[in-house]
Amino acid sequence: MSGDGCVAIASDTRLGQQYQTIAMDVPRMFKMHDRLFLGLTGLYTDTQTLYNLFKFKLSMYKMREGREISPETFANLVSSTLYEKRFGPYFTEPIVVGLDKDNKPYLCGMDLLGALACEPDFVTLGTSTEMLLGACETFYRENMNEDQLFEVVSQTLMMATDRDCLSGWGGVVHIISKEGITTKTIKTRQD
Amino acid sequence: MGESDYSFSLTTFSPSGKLTQIEYALNAVAAGATSLGIKASNGIVLATEKRMSSALMDETTLQKVALVTENVGMVYSGMGPDSRVLIRKARKNAQTYYQTYRESIPVSQVVRQIASVMQEYTQSGGVRPFGVSLLVAGYDYEGPHLYQVDPSGSYFAWKASAIGKNMVNAKTFLEKRYSDDIELEDAIHTSILTLKEGFEGQVTANNIELGVVGDDKVFRVLSAAEIKDYLGEVE
Repeated sequence: MSGDGCVAIASDTRLGQQYQTIAMDVPRMFKMHDRLFLGLTGLYTDTQTLYNLFKFKLSMYKMREGREISPETFANLVSSTLYEKRFGPYFTEPIVVGLDKDNKPYLCGMDLLGALACEPDFVTLGTSTEMLLGACETFYRENMNEDQLFEVVSQTLMMATDRDCLSGWGGVVHIISKEGITTKTIKTRQD
Repeated sequence: MGESDYSFSLTTFSPSGKLTQIEYALNAVAAGATSLGIKASNGIVLATEKRMSSALMDETTLQKVALVTENVGMVYSGMGPDSRVLIRKARKNAQTYYQTYRESIPVSQVVRQIASVMQEYTQSGGVRPFGVSLLVAGYDYEGPHLYQVDPSGSYFAWKASAIGKNMVNAKTFLEKRYSDDIELEDAIHTSILTLKEGFEGQVTANNIELGVVGDDKVFRVLSAAEIKDYLGEVE
């Protein structure tokens, strides 16, 4: 979710297979550089594989071009990487969140084949995407500061995951601003 | 049995540490028509002479300044056919980059890739080095860039440079004329004057070629009519 010169990404921490909960301390968001995060919902093995792949690709990019990748360019890289596996896709839905060089928030979701859906305000993905979307539409305000953004994102996440039996068991929120990254964990119902 | 027995690299070090094949390739460049490039504060100009081996040839069909992507262009001195291979590879690389990142390729990356191709051809079996030097000009997120790439695969960024038959004189001329705050229009005039210096015969709109990229980030090969106008301005 975007704010004024800041942007947040949040996820719950449950890892499960259907109704069986395997772990309750597994966030799915990865820091790609100081102003860029990648979220990967879905099959966890693909999440791990893709994270390693993009970490590698970004290291190569940084050495080759001598600069950090911009969020928009990274989203296109993720998209084209996923579409390369068009007929045997990774079962994961990524979210790219970051600040561009003018400190403007950038957020983009995509499906498992890499179809981009970039929004100026908020993007939701995963098992509770419908519930999150509803809560986001209710609580989102334009030009929130960091604290307001944190409050809205956490409340949204808690409300939506409480309505979804496959989500919950704690949450993590990262806020990216030009000062740096703030990470907060939130306690939720543990049942 | 067959070709593989003999397809080891033919570029072999001489005892003094030189690669003679690369020296010969540079000689091929030095025999080619002069090309030059000037980096201005707000853009770049590439210029080249189009020398024809016979007056009966139609010079309007020869194009030496080529577009790589919208914002990057290049010109060669040396062997025309060799340059086409490099242009084709450069264009393909640039498009691949755009396909992955949806962002136009930085000039430094175009140059790095062309240079690595040229390097490969100095070390691979069954091939010879390219008989061309290139001047690559483009305008990207960092501003204007002018690079020269040689058959060995080495490349450097320049403020102004010349390659081909008259490169020594042209460079001396450019050194005298160049200033850091030169504007694109002045640079175009300087490039024409530099070409005129070592030109055999009369410069016309049809026997030279100009490529220009300004801060609109669009590389353009100038038409004969536009060159004619510039020629009028430097008279």
